[in-house]
Amino acid sequence: MSNFSHRITGGTDKMGAPFIAGFARSGDFRRKAVQTILLAAAIFAVLGTGDPATRFQEIGHQMMCICGCNQILLECNHVGCPASDGMRNELMAAVDRGDSNSLVEQSFVQKYGPTVLAAPTNKGFDRAAYIMPFAALFLGFGLIGLVIRSWKNRPAPAIAGGLAPVAGAELERFRDQARKETDL
Amino acid sequence: MAEIGSFALLLALALSVYSFAAGIIALVFQRKQNPQLALAGGSIPRRTADSVSDEGSLTATLRRNSERIGETARRAGIATFIAVLLASVILVICAFHDDFSIAYIFHHSNRDLPGPYKFAVLWSGQEGSLLFWSLLLAAYGFVLRVRYKTDARLFAYASVIVASVQIFFLLLLNFAAHPFAIMQGSIPADGSGLNPLLQYPEMVIHPPMLYLGYVGFTVPFAFAMGALIMKYPGEKWIHITRRWTMVTWAFLTCGIFLGAHWAYSVLGWGGYWGWDPVENASLMPWLAGTAFLHSVMMQEKRGMLKMWNMWLVFATFWLAILGTFLTRSGIISSVHAFAQSSIGDWFAWFLLITLVAFAFFFFKNKSHLRSEHKLESLVSRESSFLFNNLLFILLTFTVLWGTWFPKISELVQGNKVTVSAPFYNRVAIPVALLLLILTAIGPLLAWRKTSLESLKRNFMWPTIGAIVTAIFLMATPQSWGSVFGLKPWKDIAYFYSLMAVSLSVLVTLTVASEFWRGGRVISRHTGQGMFASMVQLTHRNTRRYGGYIVHFGVVVVIIGLAGAAFNQDKEKEMGYGDKLAIGPYTLVCRSYTQDDSPNYESEWAMLDVYKGDKQIGTMTPVRRFYHASQQTSTMPDIRSTLNDDLYVVFEGVNQDNGHPILRAHLNPLVMWIWMGVWIMLIGTVLALVPNAPAPVRVPAQARLEPAHAAPVATGD
Repeated sequence: MSNFSHRITGGTDKMGAPFIAGFARSGDFRRKAVQTILLAAAIFAVLGTGDPATRFQEIGHQMMCICGCNQILLECNHVGCPASDGMRNELMAAVDRGDSNSLVEQSFVQKYGPTVLAAPTNKGFDRAAYIMPFAALFLGFGLIGLVIRSWKNRPAPAIAGGLAPVAGAELERFRDQARKETDL
Repeated sequence: MAEIGSFALLLALALSVYSFAAGIIALVFQRKQNPQLALAGGSIPRRTADSVSDEGSLTATLRRNSERIGETARRAGIATFIAVLLASVILVICAFHDDFSIAYIFHHSNRDLPGPYKFAVLWSGQEGSLLFWSLLLAAYGFVLRVRYKTDARLFAYASVIVASVQIFFLLLLNFAAHPFAIMQGSIPADGSGLNPLLQYPEMVIHPPMLYLGYVGFTVPFAFAMGALIMKYPGEKWIHITRRWTMVTWAFLTCGIFLGAHWAYSVLGWGGYWGWDPVENASLMPWLAGTAFLHSVMMQEKRGMLKMWNMWLVFATFWLAILGTFLTRSGIISSVHAFAQSSIGDWFAWFLLITLVAFAFFFFKNKSHLRSEHKLESLVSRESSFLFNNLLFILLTFTVLWGTWFPKISELVQGNKVTVSAPFYNRVAIPVALLLLILTAIGPLLAWRKTSLESLKRNFMWPTIGAIVTAIFLMATPQSWGSVFGLKPWKDIAYFYSLMAVSLSVLVTLTVASEFWRGGRVISRHTGQGMFASMVQLTHRNTRRYGGYIVHFGVVVVIIGLAGAAFNQDKEKEMGYGDKLAIGPYTLVCRSYTQDDSPNYESEWAMLDVYKGDKQIGTMTPVRRFYHASQQTSTMPDIRSTLNDDLYVVFEGVNQDNGHPILRAHLNPLVMWIWMGVWIMLIGTVLALVPNAPAPVRVPAQARLEPAHAAPVATGD
């Protein structure tokens, strides 16, 4: 029952990768924005990594309890769970020893198998788990680009009765007028 | 009773097969008789039928009588509903009569089970839930066939598609998962009982809502498929199915969040969403269905994205079936998959057949689905819908990919991996934030083209509001609780939370500005007050403004989700008078004891809750041991406020001293999630209300000459 002393868990997982670089717009602003984001990412990656309690929380939220409950290790709530208490003690001991995150994860994988990690790793085929969604995103952007191009190149629909379509400034004037009257 | 139930199921199958076969025969021969009329969506005049030459064969007879055959098919479809309803009622009666000669009742009920849960037995296990699915599908089919006069021919096609899906489920019920299967050997005195996790009030309404959502997507799919097969002219089928789709979407939304609330209230781990395959199975059709609800507007307004919409509506239906396949086949392990069996093969074949059939008709008739208009500008409502759809589909793909990845990994590298919350947090949250940005921008864009000037003008104040909010949240002290004192550089989770809350403010302000601008125009013209003008505005275009209210509901949900970054929990063994402090609260153990009832025995603790020095209430978390199933379940006690939830779980008892072991969670902003869902549902209901007629005011000097008239963009 020793580990029934107070434990505070801290929400979701941490990640250091920058993912919003695409928001930068142009020129000087873009350069500064990218620099700021890289700096922020570096800060994210470094901050809080030294504190054992924070590391315990961080690693504990990246692992699963192996009792079959399908819960994150630090969220397993079974009293008398055959696995989670021992695993938490092992994790605490490893963090106290100063083992690196990857070493702790490796030792857990060796002991409990790869399913002990709550997410695929960044090695080997596991990388595909992360690559595919972003590959799909870029593929989607590409497809949308093609669709937009084909739509823009499509000839304007003919108006019945042989009337010429309104275009240019005249069309804009009509639109503004129509919006004022109808766009509620 | 079991025999009557079995017979009703067999009869339902026969009626469905007849409805399907006779429906096809009627449609084929009507088409041969008069292809022009068939395309126009009208019914066959008797004169035309009589004029068909008498070929003296069955074919000629069928041609002559095709309309009557079609009518018998429709009635058989209606009768299917009655037969399935009879089977369902019999199963429920058997549950109330404790008829343990039926294996299903034995496995999912017991004598002391409270009445509402005996009713819920219908959907608590594999066979019963399939029967319930079949019942809901038959009910949807019933409504569809009763309302056939809206467009007899299109409805006849849709009826055949619904009958084909119905046949699949009735085949399953009759030959693979029979709910009236009889127990072998002697009849037991009592049943095994219902899974304790299902003995919670929400489980009486959560599955029906979820199933109404899953099954309901069959209807828009059936209309889409019918329109595709018959090359239905125009977009009328979309107008017909719009309400079906929205109602179905609302049911699925309600079902998903009821499930989340149930998980939160029963499972005792302090969370509401675990990215479990069963949860993902419900999210995928919801995401695809949401994408469809948006993109279908492009088809209605501009005649664009016709092919894409066909695939979207098919994908939504297909993902609903795929979800069922996932949860019942055992192919992917899940703690929530209550009913696993070997019926996975049936589902796999059904999925394959529907995919092939849809692809066949799509490629055969896709020339009919060409877009009618061109894109005039990237800064337009059309392009925002394109990107909206891309992100929704990307989220759907991410969830699908994450759900299947353990299986794919096993096939490729020989070992399973776990794909849980950390994966989805890394991949799905950034995409969801991008979607939130689009939700803010989209409503400000006009159809066809928006000038950058007007976009800048409309977007400036909401953007300033969002930036001010972000700065305020970072500058305030953390002691204010919830999302205050957010330091995004401390943790990526904080960064996500800050982005989510700020973008939510952005969306809220853009939605508010839409109401404000429209209300101001009406107020100016009518002299009414601002609020009355906004009410009138909403009533004039319920779909648009109901949709905005749904968007507002979504941001309220997102603010609630953002609170998860600040969750805390503590665990402690507590004797009399022991204290546990968490956040601003202190729990003091006043008592702990045991209780007994016919269905279960319970252990509970009584805790006084203090905020500062003031006692603000008492909490009694309970743990139950169910006699029939010999299983344990926790009933957390939750004290909800707008700021946070204090969530206390009775985890167990120290066997040495009898002290209860309690875990307290402090979960900020959870109530916002449930409030947001209500707002989403109110918005959906509002969007279903018919528009009030708007007075037409055309100043004489503004009238256009007919030769200069051009289509103009209006909002929706």
